Amino acid sequence: MTMYRKPKPPRRASLGQPLDRVDGRLKVTGGARYAAEFAVPNVAHAVIVTSTIARGRVKSMDTSAAEKVPGVIRVFTPFSAPRLPGAPKPGPHPPSQNAGAAQGGGPQGRQRQGQGGQGPAARGALSMRVPTVLQDDGVRYNGQPIGLVVADTFEHAREAAYLVRVRYEYETAVIDWSTAALNKPEDVHPLGGERTVTRGDVAKGLAGAAVTVDHTYITPLENHNPMEVHSTLAQWEGDSLTLYESTQGITSVRNTVARHFGLTPDKVRVVAYFTGGGFGSKGGPWSHETLAAMAAREVERPVKLVLTRRQMFGPVGGRPRTEQRVTLGATSDGTLTAIRHHSKSTTSTIEDWVEPATSQTRMLYECPNVETQYDLVRVNVGTPTFMRAPGESTGTFALESAMDELAYALKMDPVALRLKNYAEKDPESGKPWSSKSLRECYASAATRFGWSRRTPEPRSMRDGRWLIGYGMATATYPARRAPAGAVARMMPNGTAWVRAGTQEIGCGTYTSMSQIAADALGIAPAHVRFELGSTDMPENPASTGSVTAASTGSAVHDVAVALRQKLVQLAISDPQSPLHGAIESDVRVVDGRLTAGGLLGKSDTFAALIVRNGDQPVEVTVASRPGADAQQYSMHSFGAVFTEVRVDPDLAIVRVPRIVTAHAVGRILNAKTARSQIVGGVVWGVGMALEEETLIDPRTGRYVNADLAEYHVPVNADIGTINTAFIEEPDEHVSTVGAKGVGEIGITGVAASIANAVYHATGKRVRELPIRLERLL
Amino acid sequence: MIDFEYIRATDLASAVGAGAAASTRFVAGGTNLIDLMKLDVERPSHVIDINDLARRDPSLAAISELPDGGIRVGGLARMRDVAWDARVRERYPVVSQSLLLAASGQLRNMATIGGNVLQRTRCPYFRDTAMPCNKREPGSGCSAIHGINRTEAVLGTSERCIATYPGDLAVALVALGATVHVHSPNGQERALPIANLHVVPGAHPEVETVLRPGELITAIDLPALAAARRSLYLKVRDRASYAFALASAAVAVELDGRNIRDARVGLGGIATKPWRSREAERLLVGKQATEQTFRAAADAALAAARPQRDNAFKVTLAKRTLIRALTEVTA
Repeated sequence: MTMYRKPKPPRRASLGQPLDRVDGRLKVTGGARYAAEFAVPNVAHAVIVTSTIARGRVKSMDTSAAEKVPGVIRVFTPFSAPRLPGAPKPGPHPPSQNAGAAQGGGPQGRQRQGQGGQGPAARGALSMRVPTVLQDDGVRYNGQPIGLVVADTFEHAREAAYLVRVRYEYETAVIDWSTAALNKPEDVHPLGGERTVTRGDVAKGLAGAAVTVDHTYITPLENHNPMEVHSTLAQWEGDSLTLYESTQGITSVRNTVARHFGLTPDKVRVVAYFTGGGFGSKGGPWSHETLAAMAAREVERPVKLVLTRRQMFGPVGGRPRTEQRVTLGATSDGTLTAIRHHSKSTTSTIEDWVEPATSQTRMLYECPNVETQYDLVRVNVGTPTFMRAPGESTGTFALESAMDELAYALKMDPVALRLKNYAEKDPESGKPWSSKSLRECYASAATRFGWSRRTPEPRSMRDGRWLIGYGMATATYPARRAPAGAVARMMPNGTAWVRAGTQEIGCGTYTSMSQIAADALGIAPAHVRFELGSTDMPENPASTGSVTAASTGSAVHDVAVALRQKLVQLAISDPQSPLHGAIESDVRVVDGRLTAGGLLGKSDTFAALIVRNGDQPVEVTVASRPGADAQQYSMHSFGAVFTEVRVDPDLAIVRVPRIVTAHAVGRILNAKTARSQIVGGVVWGVGMALEEETLIDPRTGRYVNADLAEYHVPVNADIGTINTAFIEEPDEHVSTVGAKGVGEIGITGVAASIANAVYHATGKRVRELPIRLERLL
Repeated sequence: MIDFEYIRATDLASAVGAGAAASTRFVAGGTNLIDLMKLDVERPSHVIDINDLARRDPSLAAISELPDGGIRVGGLARMRDVAWDARVRERYPVVSQSLLLAASGQLRNMATIGGNVLQRTRCPYFRDTAMPCNKREPGSGCSAIHGINRTEAVLGTSERCIATYPGDLAVALVALGATVHVHSPNGQERALPIANLHVVPGAHPEVETVLRPGELITAIDLPALAAARRSLYLKVRDRASYAFALASAAVAVELDGRNIRDARVGLGGIATKPWRSREAERLLVGKQATEQTFRAAADAALAAARPQRDNAFKVTLAKRTLIRALTEVTA
C-alpha cells in the first residue's frame, strides 16, 4: 500500500509576475497587424467628407470636381448613399436654447439605460448609439460625416474629398454651453443611475454644519486621441461581411453594423487582433464602420477607411464639459454632515449622453445626508462618450478638490479628514465592501511620499525661486464583471490554445490571460497560445470599464480549470497511463507533467495524453458569469495619489516632479502591465490637470485645435517620477481570479491631487481645468 | 493633397529658375510644407527638392567661420547640426538654445535653417481650409480676431491678421542682427538684415517676407558681436517640450561691471514677425543691470501691445519672460 500524501496547492508560478508582454516583440518589430494594415487584394480607399457648419441642412453637394480626380470610384452623399434598413434616425433633438425654456426633448424612444452601470448595460448603450451614415441631410455639429469618397489610393480619395463643394441651409447653432438652457429633466438618464439620488436630508445636514464649502468646478471638453486613429477595412463575400476594425468592442460593432444592414449578426465577422489605444473612444461603433461597409458593398471591392486626426475631434466621441457644484458641510472635528454634488454636462443634439460625474460622491465617504443630481445641455458638438474613467475622472476632480478646501476651512490635514469620514461599508447601499484597502493606500503613499514633511500653509514651502506644493486625493473606480466565454484546447505537443473574443487595447491582455491559463492548467505561460479579437470566438464584453481582468480573466481561468480536469480524468481512466487509477484530487500538474500523491515515481504528461488520444486535441468551452456576490457586496477599487508640484511664481510654470500612488485593485495579474496601467492613467491625469482642452470656435462650432501639435497631452519632459504601489487584496467576490481591474482607476484623483498641490504651492485655488499658466499669472 | 510635379534640383541656378514659376515651392526638410499640403493649405503644382544642392556645393549646408569672427550657416544646414555646433554653442548660446527648445529631435534632424526661418504660422484658422483666413485667401476675413485667439499675436497685428510668427531661431537672429543671403532667379546674390526678411501683415497678410518668387536662402551670417557670448533664449509654453512659445525672449548683453554696454532683445510667441525691441534695448544700454531697469525695458517692449479676448495674459507673460531672461543673462 502506497502512502497517501495530500497534494500541495498548485503553485502560482506565473500569476502576478512581471512577465514581459508576450506580444511585445511583434509590436516593436511591426509584426502586430492593426486594422488598416491587413493586406486585402483590390482594396479601395475611402475618405470621409465632413461638414463645415454646426447646424442646418445640406442643400446640395457638387461632386463633379471630385469625380474628375484620377482614380476616384464613387462619391457618396446624403442624396446618393443607399438607404440602410436598420440605421437609426439621428435626432432631431433640438439644441438647448440660449434663452427661455428648453425645447421639447426629442423622441422618447431613446433607450433607457440599465440600472447599476455594469458592463452589460454599457454595452447595451453602445450598440444603441446613433451614427451619422448619410441617411439624411441634417447637420448637427461641425465636422459631422456628410459624404464619402472612394478611390484607388488614399491620396486620390483625400484630394477628391477636398474638392466636394457643399451648399448648406444654415440654422443658428448653439455652441455656448454656459448660457444654453438645460434639457428637460425627464430626458436625463445617466448610465447606472437616477438623475437625482438623495439619502438623508442635505439641508438639515448643512444647517448642522460648523463649516461649509460650496464651489463650482469645471472640466473642459476633451478628445481621446489614441495613437492609432479609428480604422476599418470592410470586405464582403456574398452577403457576409468581414470588418477588420480598430475597436475595444468587436461584439457591439458586429451587432450594430449587422442591424444597420438588416443582417443577422452571424453574417458579420469583426476582427481586431490589436487596437492601438482607445480609452473609451473605441468602446463601440461610430459612423465609419457602417460607411466603410456601405461603400464596399456599393463599389464591390474591399474598402479601407482611416480617419484623419482632425476627424478624431467630433465623430468618435470625447469627454463632455462638466460644471460641478459641490457643497460640503462638516462639524468642527471634520465629520461630514452633508454632501451635495450637482453636475451639468454637455451632450450633442444627436444623442443624450451623461458623464456620470457624481457616482463616487455617493459611496466614497461616510455621510448621512447626500444629494447628487445630473443635468444636461444639448449643444451642436459631436456626441460625447466614455473617456478614461468616465465620471470618476471628472467627478473626483470636483469632490476631491472640495475635500481639500474643506480641510483648509477646518484647518485639518487632508488625509486626516478623509480618514475621519472613512466608509467602513458602502454608505449608499449599506452593503459590505467585497474588499477595501483604502486606509492602507493612504498610509503607504503618504509614507513613501514624505507627507509628514508638509507644512500646511500655502506658499510655505520653497526651493530657491520655486514654490513647492504637496497635494493628495483619493482614487476610486467600480469593480465590475460581465459574462464572458472562452474555449481551450490541449494540443498534441502539450501546448494549450485558449481563445476568447476580447480585445487587446494595449493593457497586456494577451499576456495576463496567458498567465491565468498557464497557472490553472499547470503549464508554463510560454506553452499557452492565447488568441483574441474575433467575433467567431466565444463572446466577451467590450474592453471598457476595467471589466476585462475580472470578466475574461474568470472565463479563461474557468476554461483552463475545466480543461485540466478533463485531462486529469482522461489520465486516471486510461489504462495506458502511469496514473491509471489515481484519485483525481491527488493529481498535481507542474509544467505539463502530471503526478499523483499516491503513485510515487510515476508521471504522465499532457502531450503524451493527447498522443494516446489519437492526436485528437481535447477541448473545453465555458461560459462564465458573475455569481450572487455582486448582489451581496459593494465592489470598488480604491487608491491614493500624492503629488509634488513646483510653480515658478513669476512665469506661472507648473512642473510635477513626482507623484506617489498606492492602489488596491484586487489581485495583480501581472505586476508589470498593471503598473503600466497606473502609470498611463497618472500621465493622463497630469495632462487633464495641466494641458488638455478641446477648443471650439464660439461662432461656428469648428474644432479649433484638432491636431496633436495644438491639442496638448503630456510629453516625456512633463513627467517626473511616478512611484506606484499596489496593496494586494485578492478579491474572489469580484472574480474567480481575484482581480478587480486596473485600467481606469489610474487617472482618478490625479487632477485633484495636482490642483490641491498647486493651491498649497501658490495659495491660488484653480477650479477650472486645465490649470493653464494664465490661471496662475 | 493634390497631385504635384516633383523636381529634384541639382544646381542652384536651375533650382531658382524653376522656383520662380507660379505655384512652385522649394522643399528641403519638408517638416512644414508637407504638413500644410496634407491639410490642403498649400497646393503647389511643382515642388522642387533642394536637398541635393548641398552635394554639388557643400557650403550650402556648412557651418563656417567668417573673417570678422562671425559664423556663416548654410541654408541647408539642419537645425540639429547648428544647435550642437561647438562654435555656435560657445559664441552664440542664444542660437543654440533657440534651436534646441524648438520642435522635437526628429524634426530638428530633418528641418533646415532656411526653411525654419520661413516657417508658417500655427494660427489654427490658417491651418483649417474650412475657415476664412486673409493670409490663406486674401480678402476672406480673419477668423482669429473674434475667434479662439489665445495663441495669437499682440504685437505687429493688423485689422486683417493677428497670426503669430511661430519660430524660435529667427527671434534669436533678429536680436543678434544676422544677415540673410539670398540667391535670386536672375543669378544675383543679395544680402539683407534678417529684421527686414519678415514683414508685418498690414493690409496684406498673405505676404510674409520680402522674398520674391524663386529666391532661395543660401546662408545666414551670425555677426561678430561681443554681447552674443552672454546670450540666452527663454521660452515659456504650455508644456515642457514640443510646444510653440506663448512668450519667448532672446537676449544678449555685454556688461561692463554691472553697467550694460550693449543689449539685444528679441521676442517670440507674441508678434506677427520675429520681433526685435529696440525700445527695450534703448532703455537697457548704459544702465545698471537691475530689476528696475529690466522692468522698464519690458514695459517699453510691450507698450504697443494690442491684446485680444483670450491672449491678454501674453502681455504680462512676455514682460515677465523678458525680465527673467535679462536677470539670468546678467547674473
